[in-house]
Amino acid sequence: MIYNGISGSEGIAAGRIHLYKNQQIAVDEGEITYKSAETELDKLEDGISKSRSQLEELKKKVSSELDESKAMIFDAHMMMLEDPEFIEAIRESIKLDKLNAAYAVKRASDYYVSVFEQIEDAYMKERAADIKDVSSRLIKNITGASADGLKNIDSPVIIVAHDLTPSDTASLNRSLVLGFATDIGGGTSHTAIMAKSMGIPAVLGLGDISEKVNHGDYIIIDGTQGKVIVNPEAELVREYELKIKEYKNQREKFEQSAYLPAKTLDGRILEVSGNIGTPGDIDDVKAWGGDGVGLFRTEFLYMNRDSLPTEEEQFEEYRKAAVLLEGKPVIIRTLDIGGDKKLPYLQLPEEMNPFMGWRAIRICLERKDIFKTQLRAILRASAYGNVLIMFPMISGVGEVREAKAVLEEAKSELSMEKIAFNKAVKVGIMVEIPSAAMTADTIAKEVDFFSIGTNDLCQYSLAVDRMNPKVAKLYQPLHPGILRLIKNVIDASHRHGIFTGMCGGMAGSSEAAIILLGLGLDEFSMSAASIPVVKSILRNVSYEKAQEVACRALELDTPEEVLEYSKSTLRQLNIDFI
Amino acid sequence: MRSEKFTILNETGLHARPASVFVNTAAKFKSDLKLQKGEKQANAKSILAVLALGITKGTEITITAQGPDEEEAVSKLAELINAGFNE
Repeated sequence: MIYNGISGSEGIAAGRIHLYKNQQIAVDEGEITYKSAETELDKLEDGISKSRSQLEELKKKVSSELDESKAMIFDAHMMMLEDPEFIEAIRESIKLDKLNAAYAVKRASDYYVSVFEQIEDAYMKERAADIKDVSSRLIKNITGASADGLKNIDSPVIIVAHDLTPSDTASLNRSLVLGFATDIGGGTSHTAIMAKSMGIPAVLGLGDISEKVNHGDYIIIDGTQGKVIVNPEAELVREYELKIKEYKNQREKFEQSAYLPAKTLDGRILEVSGNIGTPGDIDDVKAWGGDGVGLFRTEFLYMNRDSLPTEEEQFEEYRKAAVLLEGKPVIIRTLDIGGDKKLPYLQLPEEMNPFMGWRAIRICLERKDIFKTQLRAILRASAYGNVLIMFPMISGVGEVREAKAVLEEAKSELSMEKIAFNKAVKVGIMVEIPSAAMTADTIAKEVDFFSIGTNDLCQYSLAVDRMNPKVAKLYQPLHPGILRLIKNVIDASHRHGIFTGMCGGMAGSSEAAIILLGLGLDEFSMSAASIPVVKSILRNVSYEKAQEVACRALELDTPEEVLEYSKSTLRQLNIDFI
Repeated sequence: MRSEKFTILNETGLHARPASVFVNTAAKFKSDLKLQKGEKQANAKSILAVLALGITKGTEITITAQGPDEEEAVSKLAELINAGFNE
């Protein structure tokens, strides 16, 4: 049986299913006798104290394995667990309504969840999810059901679940998990981010797979194509086992050559870099042979906290990145919030169409206080390494001029305060709105570089919401329309003597690499794990040949033809790819 | 018993960090602490109850304290509110 979903993290894996049913805990709704109320109250106390020590342990584990900010969620859980109203409501249900402890918890939890969910506010909806998470932990501890279902895994498995919460993934033994497959979630969900950081495949948005499969079924998950196969024929299993083995062998080979420069057969040198969310990710970029950082997403500094980060806090992070890269470039993108990324303390209004709404540079140009604080922090960090600044969501040259004016203000403030920064710091934009791609020649006069953000460029140009499984197949970066836009951007940049990079998902795709090289792309930036493969492709083709391929691709009619042509070229050139 | 009216001045209201700070502060006192917004009343030591009131910037609230440290409790909470939770 084949199920199609959304790719959350690339790679292939196969193994037995560990079916994890976290949300639907069956609670016995039977009444208790007057006498047993005492026993139930004891069970409740016991459950609370067990839950408390689990949360403390999780907090420690997550702050040491990931980072402090990801552990803060457990403080919020702990506060709810100790909430006097919540606990008193549960006690009263036990004493007066004669409910058993587990059912009493469920009733109190349902009440607060419904109150919170009625309030139109992203922050309150997140808290509703926290109440569910902490209550289900408490119920499991009361009923004696395993509270950390994922903690008890003792052989390699693929986890299938409706969805995975931070509590779920924090407790698992990372060395025994081969992959994730879930009913809901998209590319930016908690599960996807977790899978990517663990370097394992994940397929999300599979509908109701957790209802259809059984614990112990055999499953193949193909995170690259976003599909899973449950209980395949023996022949298919053998085929995939070979594929997985091949995949591993190829990876090893690619990894061995990842430290070599990305130089084509005829000597053109490209930059292959990594995308990061925090300075901590730089270790991965270096380990996979990255030439720098083509995209530092600064949103994470603003997320999972209750107030805006100060200039000092931001400066520390940007400086860390600049220093860790030892002179290699780091392109820092200014705040790209809004769309699907909300900040509770900024109270962004609910929008009908958030991706076309008030986000990124549009917020920054209105809230210049927030923008300037960030620019000052980035400028100060520029004194410590090779820092470049990039503005997101630019639709035309007017916004570039306005943003640069704020940057100039920040620069003159720092000069007056006699604080060091790189006066010649390079400034560029993300090209992700079709109008910016079309007017690249005008914008090129104002900036030092372009970086094409293909995820949004494709979403806007093809009018496709990638998170919607119904239309996800129309999301085709190799669409001739997209290739022409990319060509327009690169050509305009070269006419004005500036460089063009790419930091969207397309930059890390093996099928696109030769075409992009041929179109003249100068820098490829991707999730760190993709670097070795793209480098290896670029090292095994000549720029001249790639130009021929790109020319031909531009003349093809459909995305399918481009994809087929690209794959056959890779085969013809005898280039291994994944 | 001690009772005092306030207007919430900070941008976030009693939400996110300010709500946690408020509740954690209230929890340090022995007195009963109630928070009133219009007709609705909540235990000021309960994060869930305080959040459920949905107190935004500009909302008028009344804090009522009863117990051994009621004076100190109200003045400490007043300090937080008047400082805008240092936002």
